[in-house]
Amino acid sequence: MTAAQRAAALGGQSRAGWRAALRRRPTLILGLLFLLVLFLSLFVGRYPAPYWMSPATLWEDDMARQLVLKLRLPRILTACLLGMALSACGTVLQMIFRNPLVAPGLLGVSQGAAFGAALSIVFLGASGLLRQGIAALFACAGLALSYFLARRVRYGGWILRLILSGIAVSALFAAGVGLLKYLADPLTELPELVFWILGGLWGVTWTDFVYLLLPVIAGLIIVYLMRWRLNLLSLDDDTGFSLGASPGKERTLVLVAAVVATAAVISVAGVVGWIGLLIPHVARRLTGADAQRSLPAAILLGGMFALICDDLARTVLPGEIPLGILASFFGAILFMAMMLSKNIRLQR
Amino acid sequence: MDQTVLRGHTGTKNMISVSELSFSYNGAKRTILKDLALAIPQGVITAILGPNGSGKTTLLRLLLGVLRPQQGRILLAGRPQGSYPRRDMGKLVGLVPQDEHIPFDFSILEYVLLGRAPYLGTLATPGEDDYQAALDALRTTGLSGMGARPLPNLSGGERQLAVVARALAQQPRILLMDEPTAHLDLSNKGRLLTIMRDLVAQGVTLVLTTHDPNLAASVAGYAVLMRDGQVLHAGPPETTLTARKLSATYEVPVQVFQVDGRRIILLS
Repeated sequence: MTAAQRAAALGGQSRAGWRAALRRRPTLILGLLFLLVLFLSLFVGRYPAPYWMSPATLWEDDMARQLVLKLRLPRILTACLLGMALSACGTVLQMIFRNPLVAPGLLGVSQGAAFGAALSIVFLGASGLLRQGIAALFACAGLALSYFLARRVRYGGWILRLILSGIAVSALFAAGVGLLKYLADPLTELPELVFWILGGLWGVTWTDFVYLLLPVIAGLIIVYLMRWRLNLLSLDDDTGFSLGASPGKERTLVLVAAVVATAAVISVAGVVGWIGLLIPHVARRLTGADAQRSLPAAILLGGMFALICDDLARTVLPGEIPLGILASFFGAILFMAMMLSKNIRLQR
Repeated sequence: MDQTVLRGHTGTKNMISVSELSFSYNGAKRTILKDLALAIPQGVITAILGPNGSGKTTLLRLLLGVLRPQQGRILLAGRPQGSYPRRDMGKLVGLVPQDEHIPFDFSILEYVLLGRAPYLGTLATPGEDDYQAALDALRTTGLSGMGARPLPNLSGGERQLAVVARALAQQPRILLMDEPTAHLDLSNKGRLLTIMRDLVAQGVTLVLTTHDPNLAASVAGYAVLMRDGQVLHAGPPETTLTARKLSATYEVPVQVFQVDGRRIILLS
C-alpha cells in the first residue's frame, strides 16, 4: 500500500503546511532541527566574546579550539543525553502508568536521586562514580516506593493515587535533603550540594560523558525498540493480555531501561525538572499519541530543549545560571501555554 | 445440572471445555466460581447470562488466562490453556471488554493496529499486512475513512465499534465479548449483531456475556445460565431460555412468549 492509499484510508484529507509535514515525517524533521541546534551550540558561549563565536575563530584561535573540544563539546553532548533521557523516561512513565500527568520529577525519582547524592556528598565525601551510583540507587528506590504506596492506597483512581504517593515520597526525600543541608559543612559540602540540587552541567568532562554514554544509550535503544509496544502497554491490562502481551514483564523491562538512563543523567546533572513532564506532551501534540512516532519525537525535542536551556545557562550571564532553574522556568511557561490552549485530557 | 452442560452442543466439537473450575480473588473469602463445568461448542454464538455478581466476567477473564484458577482445568481447542505461549494465546483468544479505558488520544487506525500485536515481535512495528488487516477490520465495522479520527472524538457507539475492529484485526479463533451491546443504540446494535453473525459464519467461536435475555434468544446458538459461580443450565436457547429456568436464575418471575417464531422474554 502506498502512502497515498494509506492517507485515503485515513480519511482522504491531504493537508499542507509545516504541521502536516511534521506529522508525516516527525523524526526526520525534528532530527534535522536537532542537528542544527547541536551545531549552532558549538559557537554559542562567552569566549572569546559574549554570545557568539564566529566559526572561523576555530581555525584561527588555538585557545578557542581547545575550549570547544575539551569543555564545550562534552557539555553539549551531555545536555543532549540529559534531555533525551528525561523525556524518554517521561514518555515511558506516562504510557506504562497510563497517566499523562506523571514524570520522573513527580514520582520520587528526582528527589530520591537528590537525597542519594546529598547523602554521598555529606557522609562519604564521594564524587564521581560512587555518587552517581548512590543517586541512581535512590532514584529507583523513590520510584519503587511511590509505586508500591500507590498500590496500597485504598481510595481514589489510579492517577490520583500515583500522584499523591509521588508527592508524599518526594516530600520525604526532600525533608531528608533539607536535613543533610543543615548538617553539611557550610564551606565545603553545602555549596557542592546546593549546586547539584539546582541542577547544572558546569564542569562536565569527557569522562562524565563517557560514564553516561553506556546507561543512557542502552536505555534509549531499548525504549526506542519497544516504542510501538508502549501503545499496547498503555491499554487496560486485560486488553494487553488478550493481545498476547505480558504487560507486567514488558512494563518492568521498559521501566528499568528508562529509569536507569534517567538516574544516570540525574546523577551527573542534578535535579532538572519539567523536561520529563512537558516534552512528552509537546511531542504528542505534534505527532499524535502513537508512541511509534511520539517517542522518537520526544527524545529529539527533549535533547533540543535541554541543549537550548543549557546554552542559555552558560551564555546569558557572566556567571552560570543553574540549568534546573532555566528548565523549570521555560518548562512551566510552556506548560501553562499548553494548558490554556487545549485541555490535557484526564480521566478516572 | 443439565447433562448437556458436559456434553456440549450435540454434533459439534467443543472449542472451550472447563471442568471443576474454582476461583476466588486473592485473599478474599468469597469464592467467585465453584466447581464450574462448561463446554462451549465451536462456531456458534454462546451467550452467558446471570444476575450481577454471578461470575460471568470472572469466567471470561479465566478463559482469557489473565486470572489463574485455584482449581480445575481449561481446555482451549483441545489443548490445556497453560500450554499456549503468550503470543499464541493472543492469536487464539480475543477480548472485547465491557468498558475499555484508553488514556491517550490514539486515532482509530492506530488503535485498531494494536490488534496485530500477537503477530508482531516485541520489538517490531506494524507492516503492510498489518495495515491491510486493520483496514479490513475498519471496513467490516463500517468505520472506513474514519481511521484518522481520534478516539475521544467518537460517540459511545463508534468507540465500541472501534474496540470490536481492534479485536477483528487480531483475527482470533475465539472471541470473548463482555456486554458488547450495553451502550449501543439500535442501529449500532444491529450493525454489531450482523458482524457477530458473519464472524460465526467464518468459524469463529464467539462467547458473550449479557444482561439481555432477548439478545441471547435472538443471536445465540448456545445459552448458559449462571448463578453464584455455578452453571445452572446450558444448552440451545429453546431448552435453556424457558420461563422456569430464567425465573429460577434471576429469582424474579419471567414470562416467555413466542412471536413469529421468536422468543420474547419479559418480566411478568
